[in-house]
Amino acid sequence: MSAQPETLRSRRSLARNEARIALLFVGPWIVGFGVFLFYPLVASIYYSFCDYSVLRSPVWIGMQNYADLVRDDVFWTSLKNTLIYAMMALPLGMLVAISLAMLLNAKVKGLAVYRTIFFLPSLVPTIPLAVLWLWVFNGEHGILNYVLQLLHLPTPNWLGDPAWSKPALALLAIWGAGNSMVIYLAGLQDVPVDLYEAADLDGAGWWSKTRNVTLPMLSPVILFNLIMGIIGALQVFAEPYVMFPGGSPARSTYFYTMYLFDNAFRYHKMGYACAMGWIMFVIILLLTMLALRLSERHVYYQGS
Amino acid sequence: MARASLPLGAWGTLVINAHPNQPLLGRNMRRLAVPGAIALIALTIWYSELIVAPAPQVGPVHVTYWEKWTGFEGDAMRAVVDAFNRSQSKIHVDLLTISGIEDKTLLATAGGDPPDVAGLYGPNVAQYADDRAILPLDDYCRRYGINASQYIPAYWDIGYYRGHIWALPTTPASTALHYNRQMFRDAGLDPNRPPRTIEEMDADAAKIYRRDAAGHILKAGFMPAEPGWWNWGWGYFFGGRLWDGVSRITANSPENIRAFEWIRSYSVKYGARDLQTFRSGFGNFSSPQNAFLSQQVAMELQGVWMSNFIQMYSPGLDWAAAPFPYPADRPDLKNSTFVDEDVLVIPRGAKHPEEAFQFIAFVQSQKGMEMLCLLQKKHTPLIKVSPEFWAHHPNPYIKLFAQLARGKNTIFPPKLGIWPEYSAELNNAFDEVTLLKKTPKEALEAVQQRMQPKLDEYLRILRLRGDIR
Repeated sequence: MSAQPETLRSRRSLARNEARIALLFVGPWIVGFGVFLFYPLVASIYYSFCDYSVLRSPVWIGMQNYADLVRDDVFWTSLKNTLIYAMMALPLGMLVAISLAMLLNAKVKGLAVYRTIFFLPSLVPTIPLAVLWLWVFNGEHGILNYVLQLLHLPTPNWLGDPAWSKPALALLAIWGAGNSMVIYLAGLQDVPVDLYEAADLDGAGWWSKTRNVTLPMLSPVILFNLIMGIIGALQVFAEPYVMFPGGSPARSTYFYTMYLFDNAFRYHKMGYACAMGWIMFVIILLLTMLALRLSERHVYYQGS
Repeated sequence: MARASLPLGAWGTLVINAHPNQPLLGRNMRRLAVPGAIALIALTIWYSELIVAPAPQVGPVHVTYWEKWTGFEGDAMRAVVDAFNRSQSKIHVDLLTISGIEDKTLLATAGGDPPDVAGLYGPNVAQYADDRAILPLDDYCRRYGINASQYIPAYWDIGYYRGHIWALPTTPASTALHYNRQMFRDAGLDPNRPPRTIEEMDADAAKIYRRDAAGHILKAGFMPAEPGWWNWGWGYFFGGRLWDGVSRITANSPENIRAFEWIRSYSVKYGARDLQTFRSGFGNFSSPQNAFLSQQVAMELQGVWMSNFIQMYSPGLDWAAAPFPYPADRPDLKNSTFVDEDVLVIPRGAKHPEEAFQFIAFVQSQKGMEMLCLLQKKHTPLIKVSPEFWAHHPNPYIKLFAQLARGKNTIFPPKLGIWPEYSAELNNAFDEVTLLKKTPKEALEAVQQRMQPKLDEYLRILRLRGDIR
């Protein structure tokens, strides 16, 4: 019985010791996080209330940047463009990724090869990808319009027509569906086989199995990909920046992050850009909370 | 008992015991762990500083020079730098090719570690001077005997802003009408008579336009949107200005509206959509698919550099250059030309400004400048030109470009810190007019409404800072 307190004490000192060692090992990361992420994060809140050109010291101007943004037409144009793009790219991308994942979950020969093939495109770096798609979308010589012509469909001027430039980018986004596809695929593998067997016994067809078994069981993964997709789509930057200089034609592809970048580095208005960054943060936060709220009724977690 | 060990060099071995009832480290090691880790971190910092710190200065002072050029243009500057390094033994210029030179110079200057010399673009000068990112060079110029009288006024002027000289030229450029003589001949036009007025040019262009059976444009005489680098500036060719030089934006002046009406007339005449589709088939500027080089567009406004690209990608092209046409009712606007130049600046916080300027002065000497400009196949910004320079120059029209730059109708973007924003607005207005989404008046009115408050605010801040009265 006397041994009991001693063990406790040694346990406690062991825990303390472990914590100390752990801190020692994460120390470098904490320093890096603090200097390169946390400090800039906090500083950007401060700068968003300042007139700050990077080269001169910031001057406190209160809410001026935010007030100016509300009255800035280009800000609203860029925000509208971004939301429209997200509304096109997100559902399309999710639909394609889920469909591909379901196809690649089938029991066929050479499955690993197919999975590799469909995943490969998402490994192509962004800039070469954008340059490549410039040629695919080319209104005069592009392969996409060539195919459309063969099918006797209208051939839009994807890059030059303001009505088609955003759909072009949304199509491009599908190219990167491989990443979320892999996550869906992992989710599909987790669906218990006995549920399908039970459904088979009940005489369920392919569609009712998809609707009543697959999708509900996949819903946590769908929610995850939806939130990641919202964040990704609202921050679209590299592809339009390469493909549509200045957001041409007629600012139809001038997205939020492009205007933010221009303000920071072209116009030397870093304070204004920081304010834009924080507004985007709040928008993403609200949309994520909305997605979580809506999901309460539609997402099923196994075991709960 | 599972054990993991981590060799720590001189400190022995850090042994981690994974037995739950044993302390994680041996007693001796436990006492050493924290001081040991601190010593290790300190040693790492000391050693990494040792690696990156420059070697102690023995011999020449090293001047860091960031420049944007690559290819033959980069080689040209390298030759000049080598000549400077050979010419004396006290200074050694280290030329570094940097992409995105504007952003990187900005960030390096803000971070307090800029290069000693940076090769920026002419239109950057006002913005970087406003932000105190670059040093005024007046004192240096005085001491080295460099002054306005040695330069073609338009080129000296680009580096001059609010009473100070901030930048000195490297290579300048002016623009002229480039036209394809073969396409002129094919359309029944005289290849030796380029259009003189804008009206003549429009008429010639109409004769050159060709469509296929389906109505697709195959060849264009002229397109205001090609090459698209001066979409903001067509107003100048009609006598317009973009601001009054004091406090007013003049985007919606009658002359500017007239220019945009002219731009619009091409979309109306040839179809906005057809022109867009035709344009979308053009390749990159620096490629054989360039619209002018691939003989798809017969007339283009282009700079002195165009001859280099013709030689590179389409050496057989039968072309000529002439002053860009002027409106028939405005003969005073004859010989209008865009002028621009690349410049050398000394960023604020440069470690060796004195030595940096000595190098800049070498580039500004007739010898240095002619060497650079001949290798880059441009004209020189200096008034004095040696006969050999003309004799050896590969561009058959070099004297035309030099002459245009010396004329009175030189066009350079407004020297305003807000110019990047202003030009983005004008480019957008150009897009809206060519796509027939807005009338010229509506589009330019919108630019006016947006930019005037920005100019007011900009001037207010300059006044607050005491930069202007």
